[in-house]
Amino acid sequence: MISASHVYDSRGVVHGLETVAAWLLGFLWVLPLLYAFWTAFHPAEFSTRIALDAPLTLENFVKAWRAAPFARYFFNTVVLVTMVLAAQLVLVTLAAYAFARFSFPGRNLLFALVLVQLMIMPDVLIVENYRTMTWLGIKDTILAIGLPYMASAFGIFLLRQTFKTIPRELDEAARVEGCSPLGVLWKVYVPLARPTYIAYALVSVSYHWNNFLWPLIITNSVESRPVTVGLQVFASTDQGIDWSIITAATLLTTAPLLVAFLLFQRQFVASFMRAGIR
Amino acid sequence: MTRTREWIYAWLLIAPAMILLVLFTHYPAVANLWHSFLSTPKGSRPAVWVGADNYVQLVEDPIFWQALQNNLWYALGTIPVSIAIALLMAVWVHGKIAGRGLLRLAYFTPTMLPMIAVANIWMFFYTPEYGLLEQVTKGLGFASHNWLGSKSPALASLMVVTVWKEAGFFMIFYLAALQSMSPSLAEAAAIEGASRWYFFRRITFPLLMPVTLFVLVNAVINAFRLVDHIVVMTRGGPDNATALLLYYIYEIGFRFWDSAYAAALTMVLLAILGLTALFQFFVLERRTHYQ
Repeated sequence: MISASHVYDSRGVVHGLETVAAWLLGFLWVLPLLYAFWTAFHPAEFSTRIALDAPLTLENFVKAWRAAPFARYFFNTVVLVTMVLAAQLVLVTLAAYAFARFSFPGRNLLFALVLVQLMIMPDVLIVENYRTMTWLGIKDTILAIGLPYMASAFGIFLLRQTFKTIPRELDEAARVEGCSPLGVLWKVYVPLARPTYIAYALVSVSYHWNNFLWPLIITNSVESRPVTVGLQVFASTDQGIDWSIITAATLLTTAPLLVAFLLFQRQFVASFMRAGIR
Repeated sequence: MTRTREWIYAWLLIAPAMILLVLFTHYPAVANLWHSFLSTPKGSRPAVWVGADNYVQLVEDPIFWQALQNNLWYALGTIPVSIAIALLMAVWVHGKIAGRGLLRLAYFTPTMLPMIAVANIWMFFYTPEYGLLEQVTKGLGFASHNWLGSKSPALASLMVVTVWKEAGFFMIFYLAALQSMSPSLAEAAAIEGASRWYFFRRITFPLLMPVTLFVLVNAVINAFRLVDHIVVMTRGGPDNATALLLYYIYEIGFRFWDSAYAAALTMVLLAILGLTALFQFFVLERRTHYQ
């Protein structure tokens, strides 16, 4: 971090007030989460009553885990996220390399066509993509959830920017030594773009772990549902309104990502920053 | 490499991504336009050309107008507030404040949660009689509310959830920009005797303009793209008070299975996103200079 100037930091009473306000906002921001934790870790009779002597329990988690095939849902989500990310990394790398370092007719037009996806995301083309998946005969598969997202305009854009900052001299030196263009990509560009890859991977994984509407539409069975859709099916049909169990299930499905975030929060935040600044 | 070989090489590199993009972005956008002029196939009856019928239905559909209006209010209500809170958060966690790391974490955490989990947590928060919000308002002596179940506060209650979820995300971009601002600016301003508020208003805020616009465009897209919480919390109700455009498309397309009318509705959504793109391209790219 660049050392910021602190001449305009608040002082005295104002500083005190601002600190209190910032903490108040912070408290407000974690309040719904704390409430969820309280409910999930206490017996149902304490879910709406905060008492200091309430006993802690894992009962709600056990009940939730038994009531729906969450293990299978987790497995599906992991398969989905891995598949999408792997495909994205390959497709995005190749395309970004071409846009960054080759000159060819139609480059600007093709790049403009790529950028269209930044505005019109697959999230809003649900009706037509459903039709396409039906036509392809892959409705209700994990592949169908991931397919529309595999060519990512965001990834191509991000990586192209990174590749452009790599000095051409490195590129030429590798070519003199007899590297093919793909060899140069693999030996020079990919290693140097590592931070961008990490940033992109984190953003992609959290996006697809959390995605809901499209998977809800295209899946219809336990075998293909990701964990978000599984949670919703569970919460809306199986449980009535037992909030302790629903909240436990909610925390359960979020836990892997949340734990990963808490452990690597610096990298996460830095990655989101990197991904946002063009 | 000869020139033609280089061209072919480049096209081959782009081809895999391009094929998928065409298949799942460009083709559906165009096919959607075509299907919006056809009827919905039913049983053995195939789709037939119906001209502008679907659009006539759309213009005469009060629920469509309500969903559009809801969506505009939703955008107007959430975007400025989340941007303002994001900026405030960024300024706070950028400066010297006690427990800065923890605060950053508290502000950012909602961003990491799936919208669907957020919706479940907030639904419990809003529950009539038992929910935490009810207990607090009752404790303070206010009347009981059914926040999601009655018409007037339902949309506003959803807006609160959205602001809660998005402000921390936008904060990150402001924070990144604040950290990259040259410290000599503040020092020079201080020598000139500019007040803190004056410095923020005349130097910091204008310098953050590119970030604000970037965030603004993202927020607009999100306001029309993200309806997960509607599915969980209200299903568009009560009485369509919380139906947003994409949610209405989902209802028409996948609960009533009227794909032709859903296609016409999707065209409206695409038009809105297209206008946002034009705004970004012609207004923003011209008026702000990145780097």
